[in-house]
Amino acid sequence: MTADVIVIGAGIVGAACADALTQGGLRVVVIEPSLAVSGATGAGMGHLLILDENEAEFSITRYSRDRWNQMAMEMPSSLEYERCGTIWIAAVPEELPLLKQRCAFLQSRQVRAEILDSQQLAEAEPNLRPGLPGGLFIPDDAILYPPAAAGWLLKRAEQRGAAVLTGKRVTHIQAWGVELEDGSRLEAHHVVCATGMWTPQLIGGLPIQPRKGHLVITDRYPGFVRHAVMELGYLKSAHGRESESVAFNVQPRKTGQVLIGSSRQFGVTDARPESRIISSMVQRAIDFMPRIAQLSALRAWTGFRAATPDRLPMVGPVANRPNCLLCAGHEGIGITTCLASAGLVSAFILGDRPPLDPKPYAVERF
Amino acid sequence: MIEIRVNGKTLKVPEGVSVAAAIALSGHDRFRRSVAGQPRGPLCGIGVCFECRVTVDGEPHVRSCQLLCWPGMEVCTDD
Amino acid sequence: MIESRWDVVVVGAGPAGLAAACMAAEAGRRVVVLDENPQPGGQIWRGEDHHWIRRFSASGSTFRGACTVVDQPEPGVLHVVGRNISYHLRFKRLVIATGARERFMPFPGWTLPGVVGAGGLQALVKSGWPLAGKRVVVAGAGPLLLQAAAFFRSRGARLTCLAEQTPLRRGLSFALRSGKRLQAIALLGRLCDVPYRWSCWPVRASGQERVESVTLRQGDRMWTEPCDYLACSFGLVPNTELAQLVGCELVDGAVRVDEQQETTVSGVYCAGEPTGIGGVDLALIQGQIAGCSAAGSLQRASAFFEQRARWIEFRARLQAAFALRQELRQLPDPETVVCRCEDVPLKEIRPHSCWRSAKLQTRCGMGPCQGRICGPIVEFLFGWKVDSVRPPLTPVRLEQLVNRGSAATADRHDSHPG
Ligand SMILES: Cc1cc2nc3c(=O)[nH]c(=O)nc-3n(C[C@H](O)[C@H](O)[C@H](O)COP(=O)(O)OP(=O)(O)OC[C@H]3O[C@@H](n4cnc5c(N)ncnc54)[C@H](O)[C@@H]3O)c2cc1C
Ligand SMILES: Cc1cc2nc3c(=O)[nH]c(=O)nc-3n(C[C@H](O)[C@H](O)[C@H](O)COP(=O)(O)OP(=O)(O)OC[C@H]3O[C@@H](n4cnc5c(N)ncnc54)[C@H](O)[C@@H]3O)c2cc1C
Ligand code: FES
Repeated sequence: MTADVIVIGAGIVGAACADALTQGGLRVVVIEPSLAVSGATGAGMGHLLILDENEAEFSITRYSRDRWNQMAMEMPSSLEYERCGTIWIAAVPEELPLLKQRCAFLQSRQVRAEILDSQQLAEAEPNLRPGLPGGLFIPDDAILYPPAAAGWLLKRAEQRGAAVLTGKRVTHIQAWGVELEDGSRLEAHHVVCATGMWTPQLIGGLPIQPRKGHLVITDRYPGFVRHAVMELGYLKSAHGRESESVAFNVQPRKTGQVLIGSSRQFGVTDARPESRIISSMVQRAIDFMPRIAQLSALRAWTGFRAATPDRLPMVGPVANRPNCLLCAGHEGIGITTCLASAGLVSAFILGDRPPLDPKPYAVERF
Repeated sequence: MIEIRVNGKTLKVPEGVSVAAAIALSGHDRFRRSVAGQPRGPLCGIGVCFECRVTVDGEPHVRSCQLLCWPGMEVCTDD
Repeated sequence: MIESRWDVVVVGAGPAGLAAACMAAEAGRRVVVLDENPQPGGQIWRGEDHHWIRRFSASGSTFRGACTVVDQPEPGVLHVVGRNISYHLRFKRLVIATGARERFMPFPGWTLPGVVGAGGLQALVKSGWPLAGKRVVVAGAGPLLLQAAAFFRSRGARLTCLAEQTPLRRGLSFALRSGKRLQAIALLGRLCDVPYRWSCWPVRASGQERVESVTLRQGDRMWTEPCDYLACSFGLVPNTELAQLVGCELVDGAVRVDEQQETTVSGVYCAGEPTGIGGVDLALIQGQIAGCSAAGSLQRASAFFEQRARWIEFRARLQAAFALRQELRQLPDPETVVCRCEDVPLKEIRPHSCWRSAKLQTRCGMGPCQGRICGPIVEFLFGWKVDSVRPPLTPVRLEQLVNRGSAATADRHDSHPG
């Protein structure tokens, strides 16, 4: 037996699983064909936030965000963690009731949240266009730098004895372990498949689709943006199933850089940045923050989210795959939710009480 | 000759002079502080390295080696 | 709206681009030349009166200075930005003549103000930077050092030392066999009272807020030379980013071209330094071939093939003679900054297995220069492959990423050189 658990994929989800499993005293091997954190994790934005479209989304994001905040004291500075809070913006007065409804919901669940009126919003983010009707401020949301966060989780696992094998691709998952591209086999009691958008290559028949996103980062302008700021319409873009959409979403990086998103596209597999999409995404940012137009943009890149039909991850046992647990499909929120997912995976394997109800994320729901 | 201001001081420079050269003419060698606070000045001279960045008329991060002076220009080195 | 009235678009107005534009325009094609610099001439003739620049002016080509090509938004279309413009330009034929940049070597103190590229200081001085009376040490590798030193002296600098890392034997045999013997002798003549040291290189620059002295090594001897400027150049690196973005294949870090100077992308030609560092003469010949080919005059292009073959041989000798020595790898100490944009020291980069990993975990290469300076350094230090190219090729204002420019705005910036 090579290990108690083989984790396939060294993105942030695999890293969080390895971290949780080694904390439970298990011997773990992580297998990664490319580089650690070179998938979606190397491309994402790193906003740690609560979303509340439905109960399941709320529970998993709430648990995870709070876990991240608890871990903040232990994090090295390279993670660039900052509890900057989120401001959701109503673009038109008609959106205010929805903001208030969300605020009341969060408050009823003991999540700190408050409504900002037009003037408070302008004071909180002076570079927003004047006259916006209001915002919803969630002070305990945070941001971090995803590749460093995943690298840190992996390093913690390694310090507890985990092995990370890079340059090795898994070709088949078996009840006894995995087969690698080079023909070799690795045995383990359990296999955790954390392969993000590549998962359908290993486990057929899953409804996971790549959803392309573009990002643009600027040079350093400390204080230009103070919170993670997004338009309420972001939810429509994220939760919708349209083939193409953009929404205003900016983040202040600890470096003083401004990270600008976001776009969502189905049905595209070419990773090259598309100037048409960048153009409408940046235009959207300028609509909300006119002065952002003057900032110097250093580069644009893309990443693929592993999207499921209901935008919730698929975590748990897989039918007809003994000893295999799936942990994938984290769409645009896996940096946040990897901690809850990893908690579920380790509870399944160790037989512990799960940190949250696993049912909404069960693989067989589709 | 055209007149510009470098860190608040008025300076006359010949036409066709780059902003980087004007800053050197004004007696500054340090154009900016790096992210860790080290002093920096031009390196490549041809727009590649971004070490010569200064603020021009309020716009930060402008490569001074690639820009010619214009009358009334306001230049600030970064510290 | 996309401006689409040009037969041939040339990027780069150095010797290669100018020669290409002349040939294509003289063959009756509508040609536009774009260059990031306000003036044509490239690195060697910037702002000078040169017969190729005069010929270019007379050729009927259009010149757009202070314009940078930053992306290929769709096949056959370039995104061009200037200080206050941004537009798309369609090409039927494209000539990439983007030249080269200097290669830098990290050693303790190399980030101090006053430590500059040798070609870089030349460019700065040509734009008005004062050098009269300043003490200058020139160090590095290659024939550019000699030209730079002679130029600094002509501008009143006091040259205190010229340190060439190459062994004398290799340098001499190159000089004697190259077609540039006379030029080299003339240059040396102008520098005969300057200590010219072979197998010699800088190991440290010192100073508080700027460079005050440089420590040089020659064999077992080390000494410190006071200076106002340390002008360093360890050879040149081809600017292949635009070619890569357009989809051209590279070989050994240079753009792959065929006999007609056509790249692996049909209709896209490349000439000059991006095809391999060969100097101005090769750039001119390749540029003429590329211009003829882009204009469809294959017969005329072939007239230059023999000359090109000779200069390609020269290029091979040049590269072999001034190859960098392994000792230079030992110059940086663990604290020496390798990535200047993000201040990443050697000790943080070394543990990584490749460029991508170092980038993701240390921010090395993530700053505004996009790895143009530190990329070639880590290639030399660790043998990593540094090949990721992302738009925009050079930072632009965010508003310039929004498509709304039209040809009408571009027109106002047209000029005819001279
Ligand atoms: C533009 C964008 C913005 C985002 N912004 C945010 C945000 O602000 N907040 C947030 O919480 N989330 C965000 N996300 C989402 C987040 O990045 C992802 O959900 C998360 O990174 C998923 O992690 P992962 O480990 O599942 O996937 P990945 O990081 O893709 O990791 C999967 C790994 O599996 C490996 N693998 C694949 N096939 C095999 C095989 N056969 N054998 C072995 N290994 C294999 C891959 O090489 C890869 O390293 C964003 C995503 C994008 C694209
Ligand atoms: C700093 C420096 C100084 C040099 N000085 C000398 C010298 O004094 N004597 C000598 O013999 N050789 C010198 N050289 C060597 C030089 O490379 C060759 O001699 C010769 O100029 C090469 O010609 P070229 O046409 O290939 O490239 P270059 O002359 O380099 O011309 C390339 C042009 O392309 C432009 N360009 C690049 N990318 C873009 C883009 N994306 N958009 C728009 N424009 C772009 C650049 O601004 C440049 O003007 C120098 C090189 C450098 C880097
Ligand atoms: S000196 Fe390098 S960009 Fe100006």
